[in-house]
Amino acid sequence: MQFPILTLITFLPVLGMIIVLLLPKDRIRAIQATAVAVTGVQVVLAILLWMAFDSAKTGINEVASMQFVERLPWIVIPATPWIGEIRIEYFLGIDGLSLPMVLLTALISFLATFSSFSIKKSVKGYYAMFLLLVTGMMGVFVALDMFLFYVFWEVMLLPMYFLIGIWGGPRREYAAIKFFLYTLAGSVLLLLVMIGLYFSTIDPDSGLHTFSMIAMMDPANVTHGIFATIGSTARMLAFVALFIGFAIKVPIFPFHTWLPDAHVEAPTAISVILAGVLLKMGAYGLLRISFPIFPEMTLYFQMPMMVLGFINIVYGALCAMAQTDFKKLIAYSSVSHMGYVLLGMAALNVQGMTGAVFQMFNHGTITAMLFLLVGVLYDRAHTRGLNEFGGVYNKMPVYSFLTVIAFFAAIGLPSMSGFISEAFVFLGAFQTSKLWTILSTLGIVLGAGYMLWTFQRVFMGTLPEKWEGVLTDVNGRELFTLVPLALIIIVLGVYPMPALNWMTTSLGHLVEFVNSSAIPVVFSAF
Amino acid sequence: MIENIFRSIPSFWPEITMSLTFVVAMVVELITGRKGRTSTGMITGAFVLAGFIITMLQLPFQSPEPRMLFGTMYVVDPFALFFKYLILATGIVIIVFSMQSRELRDQDTVGEFFCFIAAMTFGMMLMTGASNLLMIYLSIELVSLTSYILAGFSKTRHRSGEAALKYVLFGAAASGIMLYGISLLYGLTGVLDIYTIQAGLAAGVFVHGATEFWPLLIAVIMILAGFGYKISAVPFHFWTPDVYEGAPITMTAFLAVASKAAGFAIMIRFFYVTFYDSLIDVGKWVSLPHIEWNLLIAILSVLTMTLGNLVAIWQDNLKRMLAYSSIAHAGYILMGVVVMTDLGIASILMYFMIYFFMNLGAFFVVMAVADRIGSEHIDDYRGLGKRAPVIGVGLSIFLVSLTGLPPLAGFIGKWMLFSAVIEAQYVWLAVIGVINSAISLYYYARVFRNMYLREPLDGDTSPISFRPFVIVITILFIVPNIVFGLYFGPLISFAQQSVRMFMP
Repeated sequence: MQFPILTLITFLPVLGMIIVLLLPKDRIRAIQATAVAVTGVQVVLAILLWMAFDSAKTGINEVASMQFVERLPWIVIPATPWIGEIRIEYFLGIDGLSLPMVLLTALISFLATFSSFSIKKSVKGYYAMFLLLVTGMMGVFVALDMFLFYVFWEVMLLPMYFLIGIWGGPRREYAAIKFFLYTLAGSVLLLLVMIGLYFSTIDPDSGLHTFSMIAMMDPANVTHGIFATIGSTARMLAFVALFIGFAIKVPIFPFHTWLPDAHVEAPTAISVILAGVLLKMGAYGLLRISFPIFPEMTLYFQMPMMVLGFINIVYGALCAMAQTDFKKLIAYSSVSHMGYVLLGMAALNVQGMTGAVFQMFNHGTITAMLFLLVGVLYDRAHTRGLNEFGGVYNKMPVYSFLTVIAFFAAIGLPSMSGFISEAFVFLGAFQTSKLWTILSTLGIVLGAGYMLWTFQRVFMGTLPEKWEGVLTDVNGRELFTLVPLALIIIVLGVYPMPALNWMTTSLGHLVEFVNSSAIPVVFSAF
Repeated sequence: MIENIFRSIPSFWPEITMSLTFVVAMVVELITGRKGRTSTGMITGAFVLAGFIITMLQLPFQSPEPRMLFGTMYVVDPFALFFKYLILATGIVIIVFSMQSRELRDQDTVGEFFCFIAAMTFGMMLMTGASNLLMIYLSIELVSLTSYILAGFSKTRHRSGEAALKYVLFGAAASGIMLYGISLLYGLTGVLDIYTIQAGLAAGVFVHGATEFWPLLIAVIMILAGFGYKISAVPFHFWTPDVYEGAPITMTAFLAVASKAAGFAIMIRFFYVTFYDSLIDVGKWVSLPHIEWNLLIAILSVLTMTLGNLVAIWQDNLKRMLAYSSIAHAGYILMGVVVMTDLGIASILMYFMIYFFMNLGAFFVVMAVADRIGSEHIDDYRGLGKRAPVIGVGLSIFLVSLTGLPPLAGFIGKWMLFSAVIEAQYVWLAVIGVINSAISLYYYARVFRNMYLREPLDGDTSPISFRPFVIVITILFIVPNIVFGLYFGPLISFAQQSVRMFMP
């Protein structure tokens, strides 16, 4: 058996959590060191994964070309004469779709750990929750058994609730419960579809029902139960239910309203995690589960998804423009940027898909950086009102320079990573729908508008007197979190090939797979 | 006849032991009990506890093969055995809790409390195996009568008396209706044991046409009302919140777990045996054509869970909130009854095992907190998470488990139930079920929101210390909630093996 690197990278934070819980609560340094060590090792492991990753292997719907596979029986219930055998597997593996997400999760978690040093209230509880959250996120990206996927998906709800609810801003209670209820409502839909798929799918190897997502992707295995008929109404409803479940997480209009609240109230590090990783889980779910398991419905709903992508882009940008709270502005810009992801995905061609996944990665780094930057300002000024600032450039030159990088990356300026992914998205989407693509480019203009306007309001002009002496430039710790992100953004903007190489084989295969099952949708009776 | 009785006795030892426990406990209480001295009640308690443990130790030796005892009165089978384990385990936990509960310890009649727990448990054991309409009625009555007394046990508390009175009135009406249904069924069929009724119905001997269809329908609905009252299904639930709030909290927990389990056991057996023919069509109650029985139970289930959850949102008293939450959970469990397949029944059994850990855990913490700070009000839980870490974490885990979030055991229970429902293609029911799960999060979250997100009202953040016993018990309940959430194979295996019912 090979070295269980995926198990290690997933459950290391739980180990860290146990250590944190065992430490006395006034040993703040030791607690922080544990968290740093754990997430640091995660980064190392993620880099090792990247080194050993074979980008020629497709993955997606083939077990054989999944990498670092760990497959063990987890729950095996022997058959009785009246009920058949039940088997749930502990089944992990990654392909070109999950590798970028694993890297992103490790990186963002590591940086967020540093950003969390400013937390002063019950540090022990904070890091315990934080590390549990990291396990949940990592698990989602490496699980290939749907039951396992669901468990990880839900595991991160409760820590997130407490992280926003205890360490958040003034309206934290409201934001926390709103986040919790929204995502739970989405995930119970996922649960139903998962159970339905279980009873519909037979694992060809064992002849038993299975939760293996890969088995579910082959129509030859889906021969029982309610999802057996390709193109049936049941499958359509299942696709819609899954879409809503994942759309809440992305978030896709009109399920996005939890996001601004959660972002504004969450502490900086948690906003970084939310924007950097959590939102990706929704998009990842669509690509990992919805698209390959219900390919005919994906084709059927291609246009509606593109329209939703457009709405996200433009609506998010317009909302961002109307904000006076720095953090809320970034939150809405997230909505807008995740719209590109949806647009690219829905294009269902290699360019669009690659652009979408690359955009997921880039949005993770760029928005994480933006939230960190807002955090820097907030830590000093204790306000995020855009109109209360001005002339910050003179006081905080390094900070302002980094902000320029992040802003330009968010706008999608060439030589920044955001440009590449957005270009790919438009390239792909244009082939599918010229109208919605052209309309969506409006988002870029609006994006430039609100970003530059923000820059002008905060960094240009004269500094209000009350900030004299308050605003000091970024310190070493902050630089340590910001600079790696800035470097990644620029390097991948200039030379994106390493990142694109990870994903093109897998995504090309995914696109081909979805398009090849173009079976006309016939609505049978439910 | 006599010979049959003699042959039945060896398989009946657990029940005999339990009834002996009751008798011995009463004698012990008479000898040792002194007015004004509460400590003597504990001697009786210890006797009852010993009786429970001895009874439980006998269960593995009770006939492993399904058997019918005492003519047609009583059956022993894995299904009944499962519920006996559950009820006895609950009983043992409740007795231990009661010995610690300040609410009960302060009463000079606490010894009698333990006696009645034994009597009630005896009744519940009979409920799990009753296969004759008379036996069904008698066992339910035995449980009801003892629980009226136990519900009103805190004589000094005004609410307790009110609760008991409501319980008596409602219970009397419900059992009257049920008795009427039973007599109708007897009038139609001329026999009392459910196996003969089933055979007759399946062969079409009793029901010839529309003239007898209606009485049969009415009879079954009336009997359903009796069961519905026992499991507190809407619209027969009105007694539940008041009784749960007024009764001593250990009694509330006993009602919410054991009594509900016994109610489900007898309900499932009655409907499964009498109207259901698994040979012909899975999930169809063939003996009652023309009527969508599954749909009727499904509506009952939807009403029960929805009302339970929606009303629980508004409760500020934790005991009352848990009462409504237990109504909601009865609704979830009813989904399994709707399906009535082997998977459906297995999922019900599974749910009860997990329900045992999460619900008793929650009740225990509420009891411990009430003993310590004298309040069950949600505002008094503010800041508790920091003042009493183990208690706070424990209660949070129990409530999250009740919500049904992985990786806790409650999720596995819900998952099994929804699986059974979806496999039987009641997708709409499953959708309503999961929406209800999401709603329930709101009021469970209210509790840990108060415990962690808010500061105490009086600003007192000093730690609250609990006795080591309380901490240990809380941890003992936390562990299975986590372990069975991650490794639930043995539980499902046990549930699946316990599905088997006696069939002639």
